[in-house]
Amino acid sequence: MTERDDAYRDGNSLAGPLSEIFAVDVTAAGGRCAHCGLTGPVATMRVYGSAEAMVGRCPGCEEVMMRLVRGPDAAWLDLRGTVTLRIPLPPD
Amino acid sequence: MARAEIPGRLSGRRLGWQAARLTEVREETPTARTLVFQMPDWPGHLPGQHVDVRLTAEDGYSTQRSYSLAAPADGDRIELTVQDVPGGEVSPYLTEVLEVGDEVEIRGPVGGWFVWRPTGTAPVLLVAGGSGLVPLMAMIRARRTAGSRTPFRLLYSVREPAQRLYAEELRRPMPGLDVTYLYTRTAPDGWSRPPGRLGVADLNTYGWPAQFEPDCFVCGPTGFVETAADILVALGHDPRRIKTERFGPTGG
Amino acid sequence: MGIISRGFHGRSRDGDVKLPPGQYLTHDFPVLSAGPTPRVPLERWEFTVTTEAGQVHRWSWQDILALPSVTPTVDLHCVTKWSKLGTNWQGVSLDVLLADVETAADYALVHSYGGYTTNLPLEDLLDGQAWIAYRYDGEDLMPEHGGPARLLVPHLYLWKSAKWVRGIQLLLEDEPGFWETAGYHNYGDPWREQRYQGD
Repeated sequence: MTERDDAYRDGNSLAGPLSEIFAVDVTAAGGRCAHCGLTGPVATMRVYGSAEAMVGRCPGCEEVMMRLVRGPDAAWLDLRGTVTLRIPLPPD
Repeated sequence: MARAEIPGRLSGRRLGWQAARLTEVREETPTARTLVFQMPDWPGHLPGQHVDVRLTAEDGYSTQRSYSLAAPADGDRIELTVQDVPGGEVSPYLTEVLEVGDEVEIRGPVGGWFVWRPTGTAPVLLVAGGSGLVPLMAMIRARRTAGSRTPFRLLYSVREPAQRLYAEELRRPMPGLDVTYLYTRTAPDGWSRPPGRLGVADLNTYGWPAQFEPDCFVCGPTGFVETAADILVALGHDPRRIKTERFGPTGG
Repeated sequence: MGIISRGFHGRSRDGDVKLPPGQYLTHDFPVLSAGPTPRVPLERWEFTVTTEAGQVHRWSWQDILALPSVTPTVDLHCVTKWSKLGTNWQGVSLDVLLADVETAADYALVHSYGGYTTNLPLEDLLDGQAWIAYRYDGEDLMPEHGGPARLLVPHLYLWKSAKWVRGIQLLLEDEPGFWETAGYHNYGDPWREQRYQGD
């Protein structure tokens, strides 16, 4: 087993910060990478950075899919690296 | 259990930080303990979900970490099992300093992907590395609480016998749950498997065959999780049925 | 501010040093990055300055080492609230690298191996305020701290001191970088606590 020296967390760790913004769990949503087209749950992204500034990268190509910055009175969410999010919802 | 099947995150509520009072402590191993917090208005949660814990010092310095919920929802009580990470900033505080009556801030429950629903019927394979057992134990406990008959297999990789979490509880027979310990450093006397890291043979022998289409949950340090997930895929498991959760670099 | 957790101090900090507002002193050197650590072999490494007219100035690793270097001792202030005082670096002043560059630009966009970018006014790179640093504390700069070479512009928050620097693009118009497009302050002066847009 080779340990990667690039220390990242997984997209599960985005759940808390995103829960302040969205009323649904976005980490269970399927996201499509704008760079390579890989589709998978947000929970499987590779997350770099700190609690205040997180970068979610595609597990396939390592390109940026999501940026989330949390200031004291605002959050900034940049999703330009994500083509679409498929968000599971309870049936009507 | 009806409440738990619709976790808080799906109920249309945004989350903020909430004061949480420590009401009980259980020593699990010499380096891990379970913390029971009282959380007013807890919405319930699914096994596998986690919370974020925020600590603030008197001078305003603040930091946060994520911890898995160790047990199914029980009214307004939630349980976290925290493994001390030497040199860490938060876990030594939680495992050595925090006392009953103290308060921290908690945000949760969060995470709707790495969860097992007690209504699930597919066989379940749990693969734990070290304290990665915590969210998987919540699934085992939820299965028991729900009276589920879904067959479970647990492979638990741990350095040595003294490091086993929940050892007493896992020793008691639970119908439909098979537990296999994989020791990486020191095995008990007479143990047939020599100490070593998780390998293909372990998952092939003690896991489920891929054609049973089990739901696989893997949790542990990053290297362990990647190894386990790679082996499962190589053994023919559908990647969409393999759910992983890694400890990050800021796990301390 | 959140509820105070009795007996929680975080990593050891001193209280009596003059720091920018909201900062806490640290003695270790936390590693924060926006992505995987790029590995650039030194024989393929290069640093470029590209003017607004498209003129490219290039330095190989050997070229950089051959330039006169200085050893600044500076304080670092990270937007995540840690400050580290009296850090020792070796590198080449941007004054040296930009001396022969003809430009009318007012802005710079710094590019890194791995794709990171950050922007700042060109004047903040001049007059002994910024370096291409390749040694830290007497050792070659470790990859996790930006090695083989990083920008060091310590009067701004540390996200401006781009790790794994590969080039500077000189621009007539300001172009916000990686974090500046995602909520971080465009300028980032720690003494005015310019952490986020609107601060």
